Amino acid sequence: MENNVFAGQYKGRKRKDILFRVAVLVPAGIVVALLFLIMAQVVVNGGKALNLDFFFQQQKPFGEVGGGIVQAIVGTLMVLAVAIVIALPFSLLTSLYLYEHKGSKRADGLLNVVNTLQGIPSIVIGVVIYTWVVVPLRTFSAFAGGIALSIVMLPLMISMIKESLDMVPVSYLEAALALGVPRWRAVVEIVVPAAASGILEATGLGIARATGETAPLIFTSFGNPFLSLNFGGPVSALPLVIYEYIKSPYDDWHQKAWGAALLLVLFVLSLNLFIGTRKKR
Amino acid sequence: MNDRRFNVLLSFAALVIVFIFAGFLFTLVVQSLPAAKQEGAAFLYGSEWNPVTTRFGALPFIIGTLMTSAIALVIAIPLSLSAGIVMGEYVNSGWIRSVLNTLINVLASIPSVVFGLWGIEVVIPLVRKLALLVGAPPYGAGILSASLVLAIMIIPYMSSMTREALVNVPAGLREGAFALGLTKQEVVTGIALPFAKKSIFAGILLSLGRALGETMAVTMLIGNATRIPKSLFSLGNTLASVIASQFNEAASEVHRSAMMGLALILLVITMIAGWFGRTLMSKGMGAYGK
Repeated sequence: MENNVFAGQYKGRKRKDILFRVAVLVPAGIVVALLFLIMAQVVVNGGKALNLDFFFQQQKPFGEVGGGIVQAIVGTLMVLAVAIVIALPFSLLTSLYLYEHKGSKRADGLLNVVNTLQGIPSIVIGVVIYTWVVVPLRTFSAFAGGIALSIVMLPLMISMIKESLDMVPVSYLEAALALGVPRWRAVVEIVVPAAASGILEATGLGIARATGETAPLIFTSFGNPFLSLNFGGPVSALPLVIYEYIKSPYDDWHQKAWGAALLLVLFVLSLNLFIGTRKKR
Repeated sequence: MNDRRFNVLLSFAALVIVFIFAGFLFTLVVQSLPAAKQEGAAFLYGSEWNPVTTRFGALPFIIGTLMTSAIALVIAIPLSLSAGIVMGEYVNSGWIRSVLNTLINVLASIPSVVFGLWGIEVVIPLVRKLALLVGAPPYGAGILSASLVLAIMIIPYMSSMTREALVNVPAGLREGAFALGLTKQEVVTGIALPFAKKSIFAGILLSLGRALGETMAVTMLIGNATRIPKSLFSLGNTLASVIASQFNEAASEVHRSAMMGLALILLVITMIAGWFGRTLMSKGMGAYGK
């Protein structure tokens, strides 16, 4: 008798369990399908634009079919180079500060500042660097774009490098100190090399994050229809080309925008995969 | 080089980081003063933004920002929670889990401008058809298009935060519940979700912070009108998108200064959302011993 009551209850509970499973699986399936769809469209539409000219030719004058986006590829590499030259040393030194002053009020305060910096919308970085660099130099430049991107990269790299420093066993440091090595040398020659792969990963993720940023570049590196190797002048970049081309009325340019998008996604993706496989090891 | 100099060097780098942040606030405040002087407090609640007559009120953009982010959250929350629950609770097979994880990571790293491109070519035509069906002006671009793409952009982020929160639920709680004969659904809704709710809510707030400051995709999809949006199909602008679309064409000093003011408002709003999210996150982590 009692057993039957429980059996009846269990049936209802089992039904609820199945309903719940369907209720979460269906929306999750929609999400996965949507994400696949977006990826597929980027690959298919972008693939049509790819040919040798696309990589090695400059942009043709408005409305002419053909040409390529070499100016944007080179421009992106230029601003990234400036950004990494600034961001890597500063993020390494700052995370070493956090490592050396672990647990102190100052370090906690600094960590808060770093987290807040990470949340700053990239467009805000754009207008501030415009004021700091573009206005005094009186010109848009690859240099200004690189500084803006370095500020995008800094907080991300600082928190990642700090984590990998913290993962180095304390005994390494202690052993070095016990042998009478000065603290700074123990940190620089023992702890930093032990965290080297983490530092590399942080740099890779920083680059991946900065490569796609458009908003900080609009007011700093500005864009340029011609190939330019001048760090003191305006240069194009892949995201800028996408933004500009899709607004144009030319089908050829729309296709190039997709091509640039595919290039951008492939670059970011391979960086992420590279880091992912390293992490598993 | 000795220990003292090494410390000075590190402190110098740390100070630079602090100065960058302080400098951001200082620069935005100083640069927005001319507009603030001209408009007074009306800069915050004025509903007219007209560079020609130099009237600058930020209200249309504040409303646009809150509206697009709110709609995006309403769409993204149920989808992300479901996806997070599936990834955290239901997928046991290793390779499906890693495929899902990779897919989510890939989407989280796709640049905003690519989502904007996709939105222009895919979402705008769909929204235009929808607008014709319901008899709204068929711009295609507008609040709804921007919100839809914004929702898709924050889904990967929000669902991986939800999964993280669920994975961090102590296994003992779950095992105990199963041992008592609870069904999967009862364990998830009765044990895991309540335990993880602070972290999940923190994830939602951090996603909101992203949505508020998101620039490129929104700029490309929202239609860039400087009026207060009246409906889902209205053209509009967010704080970020109006800066992106007008800053380089600023006609006057005060126009540029007004946009610095918008950047300051945006910075303050996102800082508040981020600060709440992080506080909740650390509380959520501390809920169970560690």
